[in-house]
Amino acid sequence: MLAYVLRRLAAAVPVVFGITIVAFLLIHLVPGDPAKILLFGTNATPAQLANLRRQLGLEDPLWRQYFSFISQLLHGDLGTSYLTQNSVAHEILSRTPSTLELTGAAMVVAVVIGVPLGMLGGAFPNSLADRAARAVSFLGVAVPYFFLALLLVLLFSVRLHWLPAIDNGSVTGLILPAVSLGWGYAAILTRLVRGRLIEEYRSEYVKSARARGCTEWRVLLRHALRNSSIPAITTIGLQFGNILTGAAITEVIFGRPGLGSFLATAISNKNIPVVQGAVVVIGIGYVLINLIVDLIVGAVDPRTRAAGLA
Amino acid sequence: MASASTAAASAVILGDPAPPTPVRRRLGQAVLVIGSAIVLLLLVAPGLIAHVSPTVTGDDILRPPGGAHWFGTDQLGRDMFSRTIYGARPVLAASLLGVVLATVAGVALGVAAGVAPRWLNSVIMRIIDVLLALPVLLIALILIATAGSGVRSIVIAIGVAFTPGFARIVEASVRTLRSVEYVQAARVFGSTGTRTSVRHLIPNLMTEVVVLGTSAVGWAVLTATTLSFLGLGVQLPQPDWGSDLAAGATNLATSWWLSTFPGLAITLTILAANFIGDYLMTALDPRDGLRLSQNLTTMLTGRRPGNGRPPAGAA
Repeated sequence: MLAYVLRRLAAAVPVVFGITIVAFLLIHLVPGDPAKILLFGTNATPAQLANLRRQLGLEDPLWRQYFSFISQLLHGDLGTSYLTQNSVAHEILSRTPSTLELTGAAMVVAVVIGVPLGMLGGAFPNSLADRAARAVSFLGVAVPYFFLALLLVLLFSVRLHWLPAIDNGSVTGLILPAVSLGWGYAAILTRLVRGRLIEEYRSEYVKSARARGCTEWRVLLRHALRNSSIPAITTIGLQFGNILTGAAITEVIFGRPGLGSFLATAISNKNIPVVQGAVVVIGIGYVLINLIVDLIVGAVDPRTRAAGLA
Repeated sequence: MASASTAAASAVILGDPAPPTPVRRRLGQAVLVIGSAIVLLLLVAPGLIAHVSPTVTGDDILRPPGGAHWFGTDQLGRDMFSRTIYGARPVLAASLLGVVLATVAGVALGVAAGVAPRWLNSVIMRIIDVLLALPVLLIALILIATAGSGVRSIVIAIGVAFTPGFARIVEASVRTLRSVEYVQAARVFGSTGTRTSVRHLIPNLMTEVVVLGTSAVGWAVLTATTLSFLGLGVQLPQPDWGSDLAAGATNLATSWWLSTFPGLAITLTILAANFIGDYLMTALDPRDGLRLSQNLTTMLTGRRPGNGRPPAGAA
């Protein structure tokens, strides 16, 4: 297991390295001089501009700029925001918990809705329940989460007054954003679990379990579902990045003070240090989650360790 | 047993197509033909469906849906039916062109990596891994941060963001195809890497690529509308489903129709795109590895060329 953990860690290193390169190059890909963007509207003299460029290290060769970017990064320094002159690392860190809360809640919604629906469909294929579950998941993939969010607000906040439309810091304020974001991923999970279960039910070990006199519940829970859980866990891990960015959009709709609204304003303001910081944080967060998923899968299913798959 | 599990594995990646019953086949053909016709009409001549200009304002403001204005009017008295019809153009253009761009780039990159020497393959695939490690929407947002907003930026954003995923799948297929007899035979007879790619690999990948591209259209529509929902696409007062949906959200409590119709239009489009994707997957069945022309014949006539096996459920 240790060798497996080390191998997965080693595989993550070049990806993290690549993410930092993408984030670093961003400042050079954006058309326009960062110093000019920074001093926009201040009537800066060319001398002041040149001074600032030197301060920002923009005159140095590219490799040296990257080197200082990395060394700052390793010290937890993501630069300062063009707009507020605050530390980007601090601004991002103060907003991360809210985004992670929504991402986690959406994942819970996806699993709580998606897995039982998939089990229902997989255990009774082509039954009425399966058809209903398939219709729900087909719709779930098609309805965009930002539209679902508005429909849910219209129903539960405007008409029924059950739940708040705007985040109020309490758990009730989390329900609508989490459901609107999690629903689409529930649909993906339903499809996946259903397909895997049908496949598993055809396998030899299910036949032998039945022959040994296992109850259908035991066959479903202990055998078929357990083997279907691995692709499901992998899929949730792979979807984490999408849920995270989706959470960012959902935040904008529900007025939650998270990473997303921060990133969206930064993009329209060309506030590059903030965009860089968000890219690094989201990218590394995604790599970490996938690493954890790989380790869980490796622990659940020893076969993936040997083959180096997963 | 082994083939069943590979089939299941690709079913997981490509979705879970329902068994093709005659009704489903007819429905699939109908949705494909009618859907393409509607898309073409919306792209070329939306004026044939909606007779009012989408940007012309009127005195009849915030009118609920009714006889004069089927989808109601907004706070400037603009006809929402017309805005919903005309709003299709930027969304469809951005997502379809984006997918085409991603398909072309993904196939080029995937084939190049697949036939490249081992070290070059590792370099290309590691770069693709890095790009796959970033969420699609984040890549799109990064690109729009650098290229500025607008439909053209969204096309590029979708194209680039979807390329790594396509390239990865194509590369895997090329590696399998390389060991197939006729490709080996071509190489034995002295066919160069480029010639092998163009004459043998790419034609045999086309079915898979068409299925892959079609399945991606739904996601592309979602990505394009998300970006325009954030105000990064077409600028007001030009109509666009995403930005109209966002604009209507502020009046949600009093005028539900402003957001609902663009939202329904997006949902219907994704639904149709996914349905056509699923249909093409079962009808063309890329796992059989037939060439696209043969597969299209199969799909349209319901008859497989050559093997004489009567198609399931043929009338």
